[in-house]
Amino acid sequence: MMKRLDRTCLIALIISVMSVVFCALPAIAAQPQQKNIILATTTSTQDSGLLDVLLPIFEKTTGYFVKTIAVGSGQAMAMGQKGEADVLLVHSQEAEKKFMADGYGVNRRLVMHNDFIILGPKSDPAGIKGSRSSIDAFRKIASANAVFMSRGDNSGTHAKEKSVWKAAGINSEGQKWYQQTGLGMGQTLNVAAEKKTYTLADRGTYLALKKNLGLDILAEGDAVLLNIYHVIEVNPTKWPKVNSAGAKAFSDFMVGRQTQDIIRKFGVEKYGSPLFFPDAGKKEDALGK
Amino acid sequence: MNSEKSTILEAKNLQVKRGGVSVLDISYLGVPEGEVLCLIGPNGAGKSSLLLALSCLLKSSQGDIIFRGKRVGANYSLSAYRRNLAMVFQEPLLFDTTVFENVAAGLKIRSVNQNEVKRVVEEYLERFGIGHLAKRSARKLSGGEAQRTSLARAFAIRPEIIFLDEPFSSLDAPTRESLMGDLELILHETRTTTIMATHDQMEALRLSDQIAVMSEGRIMQIGPPAEVMNHPVDEFVASFVGTETILTGKVIRRNAGTFSVSVAGREVEAVGDASPGESVILCIRPENVTVSTGFSNEITSARNVFSSVVKKIIPSGAFYKVELDCGFPLVTYVTNHAREDLSMHPGMDITASFKATAIHVIRKKLLSIPGE
Amino acid sequence: MDIIIEGIKQAFILLFTLDPEVIGITWLSLKVSGIATLISLLIGVSVGTIIALTQFPGRRIVISLINTGMGLPPVVVGLFVTIFLWRNGPLGFLEILYTPTAIIIAQAVIATPIVMGISLAAIQNLPANLRLQILALGATRLQMVWILIKEARLPLLAAIMAGFGGVISEVGASIMVGGNIKGYTRVLTTATVMETSKGNFDIAMALGIILLLLAFFINAILTQIQQRERPR
Repeated sequence: MMKRLDRTCLIALIISVMSVVFCALPAIAAQPQQKNIILATTTSTQDSGLLDVLLPIFEKTTGYFVKTIAVGSGQAMAMGQKGEADVLLVHSQEAEKKFMADGYGVNRRLVMHNDFIILGPKSDPAGIKGSRSSIDAFRKIASANAVFMSRGDNSGTHAKEKSVWKAAGINSEGQKWYQQTGLGMGQTLNVAAEKKTYTLADRGTYLALKKNLGLDILAEGDAVLLNIYHVIEVNPTKWPKVNSAGAKAFSDFMVGRQTQDIIRKFGVEKYGSPLFFPDAGKKEDALGK
Repeated sequence: MNSEKSTILEAKNLQVKRGGVSVLDISYLGVPEGEVLCLIGPNGAGKSSLLLALSCLLKSSQGDIIFRGKRVGANYSLSAYRRNLAMVFQEPLLFDTTVFENVAAGLKIRSVNQNEVKRVVEEYLERFGIGHLAKRSARKLSGGEAQRTSLARAFAIRPEIIFLDEPFSSLDAPTRESLMGDLELILHETRTTTIMATHDQMEALRLSDQIAVMSEGRIMQIGPPAEVMNHPVDEFVASFVGTETILTGKVIRRNAGTFSVSVAGREVEAVGDASPGESVILCIRPENVTVSTGFSNEITSARNVFSSVVKKIIPSGAFYKVELDCGFPLVTYVTNHAREDLSMHPGMDITASFKATAIHVIRKKLLSIPGE
Repeated sequence: MDIIIEGIKQAFILLFTLDPEVIGITWLSLKVSGIATLISLLIGVSVGTIIALTQFPGRRIVISLINTGMGLPPVVVGLFVTIFLWRNGPLGFLEILYTPTAIIIAQAVIATPIVMGISLAAIQNLPANLRLQILALGATRLQMVWILIKEARLPLLAAIMAGFGGVISEVGASIMVGGNIKGYTRVLTTATVMETSKGNFDIAMALGIILLLLAFFINAILTQIQQRERPR
């Protein structure tokens, strides 16, 4: 008798809780799903503020809603590989080529570039200022045992940095002077500034953060340090749930003339020089020449 | 008054087990309607378990509870049965709200309409003398006020049977006295069937129509108070209830500073104030009773002198316990020496006397005249 | 030192000029954490009460699990919720990853064990005979449960405070399942993290101060209710 009452009571409670939860969910998730695009991108595009300017225009003209997930290029491509993103805006040449070769992406298009710069404290303990090449600068840092702060997060910047170490013939991993933050560009810059170490950064993020940093540009201009952004649509044949129409629209928007003009002018007013250089339609090999 | 009362509640073959050990084993218990049954016994005797089992708040492993001839759980649902009951525990267990809302709780559970709730609650607040506390938070009451609130809450649902589990035992003596007086009056007015657990014999004597002595989950003896007290069925009951003689009677006359009580056709004089017609219980300790042979005419300070017959002489360590029959039972203690001097033997005639001041009087307000 | 003064100044400027973005972020934080707390209350209080009032095999283990759950790391919750909500995950068909709903779910998962554990303790701490007293007053079991919950309302308020305080201030799960999308899933904590990484320490501090004020006011209101009810 008592037992049956207990059970009735329990079932009633469970049903009421369930109904509340399930009534609440769809009401909140009322956003039309086909209209959503998941953009996996690098932290640099978000931290520089470029996407804050571009996305409202895109959303207004197309009616799509872009969910920007700002992570490292490595993680962005991992999301693309799992079909958890629709379109990528990334800057990690080697990884991108592999991504395309494995058939995870379609329609890789050049969007823009800026460049990487080697930063360090004004005192420049390793004396890299005036180095002829980035490889030269990295070698000086290593031989001086000066601390170098790496992103260490598989981002495009991290990939670029690793390629330079490789070209310089230095195995930086595990060295006492080689430290990794595992954080985004902005945070890594803050850490490097605070600890007065060398680091590699993209120019856009550096310019955006410059005012609070005590870091100077010590080496720049090497063709090796070009930072090239591509937009890649995730292959819908691999992942049927991918919003391919949205991805295509975003990709088209990024290389569109109006967009390219905005990119060209972005940051000029605030920082005195552009943060990115639009490259739509150009050949990758032609850049930096 | 003495007409055959119907049995409102019965328990048959009732057993409660806890962890395989039997904590309650009642072969039969019948409670007449309108009567007060007191359960007495030492701690752990099963008094509380019996109250909970009878009110179906404790699951019994076996047996039937029968309310007005209907078997609870069979042709009478548990929830319907519970709505006839009320319970008061030793702790007041008040809800964290006002006194008014506490007393209204049972009525609100029954979805009684608001006007009716207000009327009934106010009535019972007054009856228990806590009308002025209606708006006070139950957390800010004294022990006595809290227990009054708990009792008012129980009575406000106008139960057919009320269960009281040592309701006075955590109160100080004066508070207990005044609350017990009020309870007695209300029970007299409402004639609510009551089952109360207590470890205080005086409380039981004062309130009960029947006393049940419990030990180890069983009822050892059940009957009217005088019968249980004067004629314990076994060693345990005897040792628990003590050897005091308990007499019930009616006051027939009021004298200066004393009053006369008719007990089994004989007249006993006691000290105190009581009105003719009132029912009283007289308690006489064995050591206050003296016996002598013959009927001397010498003047004694003992106001109560009765001729009696020796019924039983029971050796009891250093002395003997002697049971006498004066038309009512009476117990006294004598030393071996006195026994030999009086050459005492069962069946012999003997004079028993005790002082009016040696009687402990319990007034049963239940039968007192209202407004007295 | 400059940056601290600048931060405080910025916070008040943002607050008093009613900066629409900041207001939006604050409102979203309140809404998301409020709904999450509400869900955790419904589940936590009911399940906590049921566990407190019933006996069943394995009850101790369940209670240990709840107590462990009271300290669930938000990032771990975030990770698991993300995996479940992925398009190709078990609950992918709901398509709610990177939406406020996803944050609500993750925060509810974080807050529920907290509310449940405190409710369980609150109901268990009521006098043992109180249940019997309520039943003896003629209550059905549901009425009894309701009265018990009302009796335990003060510790339950503490449960709300603990649950809400836990979720409004967590960042790990919100950023993972919400994605910190501007104007959509950006809440106070994720915005603070982002502004910090962008080097906008003044805005980050301003957001932090707003978060503190918010937590303070909510708790002040609940504490007010709790203390008013408490007997002297």
